[in-house]
Amino acid sequence: MNKLYEKYIKKESLPTLFCPGCGNGIIQRAAMEAIEMNGCKEETACVSGIGCSSWIPCYLQLDVIHTMHGRALPFAEGLKLAQPDKKIMVFTGDGDCVAIGGNHLLHAAARNIDLTVVMVNNNIYGMTGGQKSPTTPLEAKTKTSPYGCIDMPMDACGLVMTLGASYVARWTTAHPVQLTRSIAEGMNHKGFAFIEVLSQCPVQAGKNVWGEKDPAKIMDLYKKYTYMTKTGEVDPAGARSASAIEGKLPIGVFRNDPDAPEYLEKVEAKLAECGIR
Amino acid sequence: MDGKPEKRNEVVLQGNEACAKGALYAGCRFFAGYPITPSTEIIELMSGEMQKAGGAFIQMEDEIGSACAIIGARWGGSKSMTATSGPGYTLMQEAIGFAAVTETPIVIVNVQRGGPSTGQPTLSSQQDIYQARYGSHGDYEIIVLSPSSVQEMYDFTIRAFELAEQFRTPVILLADEVVGHMREKIVIKDGTEEIKSEKHQYVVSPQEDFFKGANSTVEGQLHDDQGRRIGHIASKSGDFIYNINRKIQDNIDSIASIDTYCMEDADVAIVAYGSVARPSLNAVKHARGIKDDRFMSKAKIFRDLFKRGVSETLSSDYGHLKVGLVKINTVWPFPEELLKQATKNVETVIVPEMNIGKYSREVERALRDKKVIPMSKCGGDIHTPTEILDKILEVEGLDEEVK
Repeated sequence: MNKLYEKYIKKESLPTLFCPGCGNGIIQRAAMEAIEMNGCKEETACVSGIGCSSWIPCYLQLDVIHTMHGRALPFAEGLKLAQPDKKIMVFTGDGDCVAIGGNHLLHAAARNIDLTVVMVNNNIYGMTGGQKSPTTPLEAKTKTSPYGCIDMPMDACGLVMTLGASYVARWTTAHPVQLTRSIAEGMNHKGFAFIEVLSQCPVQAGKNVWGEKDPAKIMDLYKKYTYMTKTGEVDPAGARSASAIEGKLPIGVFRNDPDAPEYLEKVEAKLAECGIR
Repeated sequence: MDGKPEKRNEVVLQGNEACAKGALYAGCRFFAGYPITPSTEIIELMSGEMQKAGGAFIQMEDEIGSACAIIGARWGGSKSMTATSGPGYTLMQEAIGFAAVTETPIVIVNVQRGGPSTGQPTLSSQQDIYQARYGSHGDYEIIVLSPSSVQEMYDFTIRAFELAEQFRTPVILLADEVVGHMREKIVIKDGTEEIKSEKHQYVVSPQEDFFKGANSTVEGQLHDDQGRRIGHIASKSGDFIYNINRKIQDNIDSIASIDTYCMEDADVAIVAYGSVARPSLNAVKHARGIKDDRFMSKAKIFRDLFKRGVSETLSSDYGHLKVGLVKINTVWPFPEELLKQATKNVETVIVPEMNIGKYSREVERALRDKKVIPMSKCGGDIHTPTEILDKILEVEGLDEEVK
């Protein structure tokens, strides 16, 4: 075991329940490296929902709440309000965050509350066996869209940007270095930091969503079908748009606004203004 | 006069206000909520007072978020509460199960209104009595307190925090619109109580609050003492379920609470909880000829009887009736032994409640050797003392004379 794993992994909880080739391991490592980079292990706690990606923090030597389906954000908001000086990371998936937890996502983003959200997007409900999720591409045949998906896939990055999230990035498991840097930046950012990671699910989404079962080849597709953008280049409406450049999806740090007022700061300012604190 | 009279903090408060003030006294320092009639005054008061007390307040996007946020805050070390009614309470059920399985001490107030569904937003009921016990999926036991006065809204809220911390469990304060909205003079305490529980009861080993270096894992799946999932292992999971239920069942003696009035020589008992205990007490007093103008004036009750042509002479005969009241303070876990003890010399038990007669089934199960008469009332009005008196007369075989 390398040093990072020695320090961060709960060995007694291994093995993980991730399938071979899953992207979760890459994301878990990126999170550990980001925390290590920031030197903030003692000040960090994790909250996650339900789904494969929500198991990522359960193997870490940190305080963790593995919550209910879709509800990681309100749990995290309560924890943050009780411990305003600590860093709270949220691990969630596309179904957890955008479908069942969609309402909480809207409001947490609009509050610009100081959380770091890592949304693992594998375009599928993996844990239940490969059903359509809110980010499943059009025409993809899944267990619950046997004739092809007709629902327009939703774009979580564009959504939270519209609502006022002040740090928004999208990476893929083929960009682990950039992902790590973004998580570290997000944790230091005062405000709602939302980092979407496209992550392969070779078992449940592989063939039907990407036409490819080999995890390495899916990661190649991530490189092929994404293009790098500079901060500020992509507006909320453009974040989804696969058609922006030859059907490719933009990646990068879409927004990084350290001056946007953060929720707890607004609370404190209001209380000071009214002479309550 | 020698010496100063003892200083008493007497205030006139609404039930919902008393609940919020009780919570602040008990050390509640986090409140998350969503407005809903008839509990809204609690969130309104908390939105102004919580931060003055050094705590945090947030209005969430829905009741699901509210229940989740208070669990998160409790692991952050803040005693926490939310308050809701009817549909909002239904939305909180999954989180209540999560708090039970993760042994998170939280307090949830349900100021009951009429249901089902949107039901009767402004009128009272006790229809959530079973939802309060078994509303979330799965097998768990829970503690539910039912206040019958503004003073009890205050006192039971404090008690709810004590029990939550001691037994590491969600505790429900099951109020209703009547006690939530009535105003009474009550005695409140100064400052903040530091709740000291003699002994914390855990099923899994005690998990530290967050940021104490314990690396606590709070896991909604059935788990071992390290928070590792065991939900896929049948043998271990069974033990978990039995243990989490026994935690409450085996401690009924220190949880259960009832109050009795005139039960010493009674041959008929009224068993009531929540606001319905009030007209019940009034009826008992009239049946026994005890004068007490505090609750409902005697003039009013006789007026009700006169309207139906009852003579005053007959009314004064009430003084002979040996009727008592058992007021249940902790509706769940069911205070079976206390109830059996209190009613051991009684032949007949009347159970008035503002629902289809749900609690009377449990009373009947416990008191198999007695005649248990449900007295259901639905629609939103609380029982009048006259109605309960009528039932007493019926039981005593005096009802024909009245008619």
